[in-house]
Amino acid sequence: MSDWMDIAALDDVPQRGSRVVKTPGGCVAVFRTAEDEVYALNNSCPHMGGPLSEGIVHGASVTCPLHNWVFSLETGQARGADIGRVDTYPAKVENGRILLDKATLNQRIVA
Amino acid sequence: MKKKLIIIGAGMATGRALETLLVTAPDAYDVTLFNAEPRGNYNRIMLSPVLAGDKTYAEIETHDAQWYADNGVTCRFGEKIASIDRVAKTVTAANGDVLAYDKLMFGTGSNPFIIPLPGHDLEGVIAYRDLEDTERMMGLGPVSKCVVIGGGLLGLEAAAGMAARGVDVTVVHIMGHLMERQLDEAAGYLLRRALVDKGITIKCSANSKEILGKDGYVRALLLDDGTELPCDLLVMAVGIRPNVALAAEAGLAVGRGIHVDDQMLTSDADILAVGECVEHDGAIFGLVAPLYDQARVAAKTLLGEHATFVQKELSTKLKVTGCDLFSAGDFADGDGREDIVFRDPARGVYRRLVIENDVVIGAVMYGDTADSNWFFGLIRDKTDIAEMRDTLIFGPAYQGGTPLDPLAAVAALSRDAEICGCNGICKGQIEDAIAAGAGDLAAIKATTKASASCGTCTGLVEQVLAATLGDDFVLPAAASICACTDMTHEDVRRMIKSQRLTSMPAVWQECGWKTSCGCHVCRPALNFYLLADWPLEYQDDPQSRFINERKHANIQKDGTFSVVPRMWGGITTPDELRAIADAADKYAVPTVKVTGGQRIDLLGVKGEDLPAIWADLNAAGMVSGHAYSKGLRTVKTCVGTDHCRFGTQDSTGLGIKLEKTLWGSWTPHKLKLGVSGCPRNCAEATCKDIGVVCVDSGFQISIGGAAGMDVRETELLVQVATEEETINLIKAITQSYRENARYLDRIYKWMGKVGMDWIKERVVEDLAERAALVERFELSQTIYRRDPWADHVRDKSQSYRPLANFSLEAAE
Repeated sequence: MSDWMDIAALDDVPQRGSRVVKTPGGCVAVFRTAEDEVYALNNSCPHMGGPLSEGIVHGASVTCPLHNWVFSLETGQARGADIGRVDTYPAKVENGRILLDKATLNQRIVA
Repeated sequence: MKKKLIIIGAGMATGRALETLLVTAPDAYDVTLFNAEPRGNYNRIMLSPVLAGDKTYAEIETHDAQWYADNGVTCRFGEKIASIDRVAKTVTAANGDVLAYDKLMFGTGSNPFIIPLPGHDLEGVIAYRDLEDTERMMGLGPVSKCVVIGGGLLGLEAAAGMAARGVDVTVVHIMGHLMERQLDEAAGYLLRRALVDKGITIKCSANSKEILGKDGYVRALLLDDGTELPCDLLVMAVGIRPNVALAAEAGLAVGRGIHVDDQMLTSDADILAVGECVEHDGAIFGLVAPLYDQARVAAKTLLGEHATFVQKELSTKLKVTGCDLFSAGDFADGDGREDIVFRDPARGVYRRLVIENDVVIGAVMYGDTADSNWFFGLIRDKTDIAEMRDTLIFGPAYQGGTPLDPLAAVAALSRDAEICGCNGICKGQIEDAIAAGAGDLAAIKATTKASASCGTCTGLVEQVLAATLGDDFVLPAAASICACTDMTHEDVRRMIKSQRLTSMPAVWQECGWKTSCGCHVCRPALNFYLLADWPLEYQDDPQSRFINERKHANIQKDGTFSVVPRMWGGITTPDELRAIADAADKYAVPTVKVTGGQRIDLLGVKGEDLPAIWADLNAAGMVSGHAYSKGLRTVKTCVGTDHCRFGTQDSTGLGIKLEKTLWGSWTPHKLKLGVSGCPRNCAEATCKDIGVVCVDSGFQISIGGAAGMDVRETELLVQVATEEETINLIKAITQSYRENARYLDRIYKWMGKVGMDWIKERVVEDLAERAALVERFELSQTIYRRDPWADHVRDKSQSYRPLANFSLEAAE
């Protein structure tokens, strides 16, 4: 059972955009798609550490701004010929608010 | 003895509950029906046809006075309930009457949400909820103006109804496309196009700021961009909120709506609630089907029978006066989900199915919804579609046949659609030439001149050949922009111009995009093409830009940014240098470097510090250097006649003038200029995209240099006598490059495709064309010649900060 934490209003993140949540274990990128779905991923590309939150969001994918690797926002898997995976974390929208899993955030704080 | 039932609200849900109750057990209850509106139950959904003049109120009345009399219902219409005493089980009417009940049923419906804009309480500002509102709208004469805030179903029906009466209607919608909850962007685009054809003005992404009045009556709506929309009536249709006030006062459990269980009982076992006022399992309800289900369950509960309300998969099939729409299920993109998209540009048809694990989970349809029930059945029944996957999108009637035609978009163009912009050749002329025997590209070029000038329409001409000749013409393979489309950059640019496509969804639809919203390859290209061709109509989309252009700074390999303030013509001052040094200290900038474009680069600035450092640089009079843009970068100069003993002209002054007139403009790729004061060429002007070399008799303008992966010398375009002519020519070259080149082609690559002669003809020889190019450039610059740093400091600085920061604390 997830313990959810209110992070921000959905509208604080633009459609087809992303913003980060800072933790001592690094940034979590919170993505919002054109269809108002919200995903949370580690903000670091497995290739060269590029900040995924700065990438272009298309469908349920994001393209890393450094070398154009494309990742699924749902699974964190690299698409196409590239091989790699980004950690994903539970996230949801309720009543126009973005919620993240408290346990995930705490884990990153301890880490 | 009969038990007493009091119903609060005579709407569609309580009406249906009452019907069910009276049919099943007519003698079970003595019913008293209160309604705040001075009338009984009518079909609220049909208010739109009443507004449009297709129906009268009498035709949409569900229960008339006779029906209530025949069924022994005591009607107290136009009366509200003042309070409820749940212990004594009585209600008190507004006139003080106290009535006892055994069972009480809420059907208080919902209230329209009124945005608390300044002026919302002016006379002439109404919602669209009941017959009174409808009558107000019907009172408008054919010369009146009306503004509707809200591009959802209700707002659009109000707009369409009034437009049918000849009212001049403008719809203002805060989101980027109409009906964003039910439709995706592509369907929203088609709906918009249909409504515009009906004479309705649609403004999306528009924020209302204030309602302006005169003598207490509405006179106009003011948007936050300063636009004033005059109106005689302002309709707010931005949403509804369950009406829970009375229930909350009575101490019932309420959230967004009145909480009910599966039997439609509230937290008080003698009180039920149905309709738009309830919240069941976290959901609230606006469509009629679940309301009727609730009504049936409530009637059984009143009779002591067991029944359960279950929320079902919902579909929306809508008709906004002549536009057929359908949406059902979940049509969001996602991993493991696949889209099947079908677009028929000729008929204005769009269909999109979302499939997961061989099951259809969502569908959006526009234009032809005949098969919607079949698709909805597939969603509801979770039918395995693996077998029929290839032909699924065509619907149930499809039996065999050919796969989708990649030529559909070109085939759909009318005969007067312009294919070759240089020579003004339309599709019909090409078809005629083919009919007269021209069977290949060379023959078309020879007979019609289509694609014989710049050649960028070659792809489209070939597609016309293929569509006309069928198998007799073999289409040469050309590289498409990306996997989202079969069209090349050139094809799409031509379509954007000739079909006046002014939005991204318009391009996706009319060019038959195979994905719902493009990708990181095509979106930046389309964003550029649209803003270059339609500077006034199209609004720049930051989310379709690469990060550097979205955040107006260059991303570095560690995720930090570099900041380069503009130094006009490479000239700076001690004050500017001090401000740069102070900023470097204040924001702990690790590296300060002098660039090749004669300015200073602050490298390693943290993303969240960007607005602050910009504000400091702005305060010292500096603006963005656009060192990150596919746009004007720098104009490099030498010192010219100011100081140099060889200088022939004021090269620094000309450089500054050029930079001040060109800055802020977006181009297909970066654009670098140089102005040298004499042929010694200290500013290296002859390896820039556009170079000026000053000579005694004037200014030599040359183009197409490069000093990157390719190193090239510029080619002379023309020599002119005055600074003014130089500046005009360079504006014209830049505009021609913006209008014609493929995204990410530098000038030399574009020149290699269209040829120097083609450029010279338009920019140098044809003076009328030169003037028109300059005029279009200046028009675009009225929008884009401004400092994005100052804009972001003022409007967007919040977006540079983290959403939340737990780096110093636990998440508790």
